[in-house]
Amino acid sequence: MEQKFFHHALKVLENICIGCTHCMTVCPTEAIRVKNGTAHIIDNRCVDCGKCFRHCPVKAIIIDHDDFNRIFKFKHRIALVPSVIIGQFPEEITTRQIYSQLYEIGFNKVVEVEQGVEILHEAMSKYMIENPDNKPHISAFCPAIVRLIQVKFPTLVDNLIRVKPPLDITAGYLRKMLIEKGEATEDIGIFYVTPCAAKIAAIKSPVGEETSSITGVINMDLIFNKVYRSIKTGKKDHCVVPDSQPLKSRGVLWSLTHGEADEFEGRCLAIDEIHNVIEFLEKLENDEIQGVDFLELRACDQSCAGGVLASGNRFLTVERLRKRANSSEEQQNDTIPPRSESINDYHDKLLNDSSISIITPRSMLKLDEDMGEAMRKMDNVNQLMKCFPRIDCGACGTPNCQALATDIVQGNGKIEQCFYIQHLMRDRDVLDARETSRINGEIWGPDKIDTDRCFNTYLKNDD
Amino acid sequence: MQFEFNIEGGDFTNAGTASSQVKKILKQLNVLPTDIKRIVVSLYEAEVNVVAHAYRGNILVEISPEKVVLILTDEGPGIPDISQAMQSGYSTASPHVREMGFGAGMGLPNIQKNADDLKIESEVGKGTRLEIIINLYKP
Repeated sequence: MEQKFFHHALKVLENICIGCTHCMTVCPTEAIRVKNGTAHIIDNRCVDCGKCFRHCPVKAIIIDHDDFNRIFKFKHRIALVPSVIIGQFPEEITTRQIYSQLYEIGFNKVVEVEQGVEILHEAMSKYMIENPDNKPHISAFCPAIVRLIQVKFPTLVDNLIRVKPPLDITAGYLRKMLIEKGEATEDIGIFYVTPCAAKIAAIKSPVGEETSSITGVINMDLIFNKVYRSIKTGKKDHCVVPDSQPLKSRGVLWSLTHGEADEFEGRCLAIDEIHNVIEFLEKLENDEIQGVDFLELRACDQSCAGGVLASGNRFLTVERLRKRANSSEEQQNDTIPPRSESINDYHDKLLNDSSISIITPRSMLKLDEDMGEAMRKMDNVNQLMKCFPRIDCGACGTPNCQALATDIVQGNGKIEQCFYIQHLMRDRDVLDARETSRINGEIWGPDKIDTDRCFNTYLKNDD
Repeated sequence: MQFEFNIEGGDFTNAGTASSQVKKILKQLNVLPTDIKRIVVSLYEAEVNVVAHAYRGNILVEISPEKVVLILTDEGPGIPDISQAMQSGYSTASPHVREMGFGAGMGLPNIQKNADDLKIESEVGKGTRLEIIINLYKP
């Protein structure tokens, strides 16, 4: 048995899923199969990019997060919010209003994730100078990209910059600061408001880190709904001023496309959307692309502004964040006045504590650990491919003919799953109607092979 | 196992296709990432050489658990002075080829650096045969 590598936040609701294969076709790592009429996610292949969540026509895929009411178990209820949260709201709602409503709904401290960006920037610059051989350096900011590289581009894991994401630096600061103030660990609840599934997965099973400083994760769409409702129904004049340092423009823009690439020396490229990233990494792996110093790679189009849990339009979010970054006035007047406590008080400690351990490749592509055995399996796959129609219809419950051939060789599928092969076998009387029906039922679910349903309605007149 | 690919001279758009396919095969065969890198980089350099200089060519890839052998045979102008071509920075690539970002004269030296064995046979006016051997790491 293969070891289970990752925690996943993406879950399929089997009672809602209709087995339509949309998610299976869009998945960039071919991690989905349809069985018994519902989608199943293969844990070791899924990188939590959330493409399936976005494309599901019946909303059968959910992002599993913590119960909001869990925050009330803690004396210190800290909302750690990404700067993109502001972009979810219409422009007439001010940053100050949004943050003060976070207090209204139950938090007693609101901190922006990007508080940690200045220290992170320093840590990344230092790492790149100390490790000049692993070029191009690839940012480990987007957890879906880190996992993508682990499973699909094992030769590039050494290029990943082994520095914590801003989230962990900021959370680490908050925890240290409160503990030094004499607060008990069990009283501190740090809740991250996430724009995507990959961040949740990264917190629940961090790559290259022992544990996470974050207590729980809450989806950004839920927080958006709560805050928006609170703004619509609440008294506007009652406004608590949030409790955090104003963000510099670098912090505001960090999670957007070019947020990192524009901040480092040398030839830096920014690539967003996972298929674009895959296309680029294929070329990079062949050494076809040379002389690049730094790569900012993000799984979502428009980076975190396009996170799957974002409610607002990603282009409007980018526009609003750029405006915020440009207006130093807003930073001073509207957002947040400077506070006595600052993340910079912990600068040295956080910097020393910013690295993550080695990131290991976890190739999903290998047919077998033993190369001789893998070669035998590859031969079998090639033989099967000579039989298959290569139309990649997905009716077999796998994304394409090659995937079915591989599943068969790995003992996870059978040749009769192929609709075309079924047809050939029935022509030669090696498969009967009953058996065919049973096999298809195992893929599409019992409802869809109910032929009576069809013949009693639409096909009735043709009888 | 053997795999064969054809290369069209002058087709820079598709240079790298064979390398990408071989890379996918090696990943499926659980070849060590560091070995995959050596193989793919050598093959890509050799593939680009054929595209840049020859009229057409052919790649034969032989994979065994011990080693990977890459044989590139082309019909082309051939290499008059192999030892000169092996020097880093030496290139006969046309300005047009250089404009496209190829032809820096690092091709053969880079293959030499990544391979365990490199044999070059060439006949001026006829073509070139490259045999690249990369031994696979055994734990």
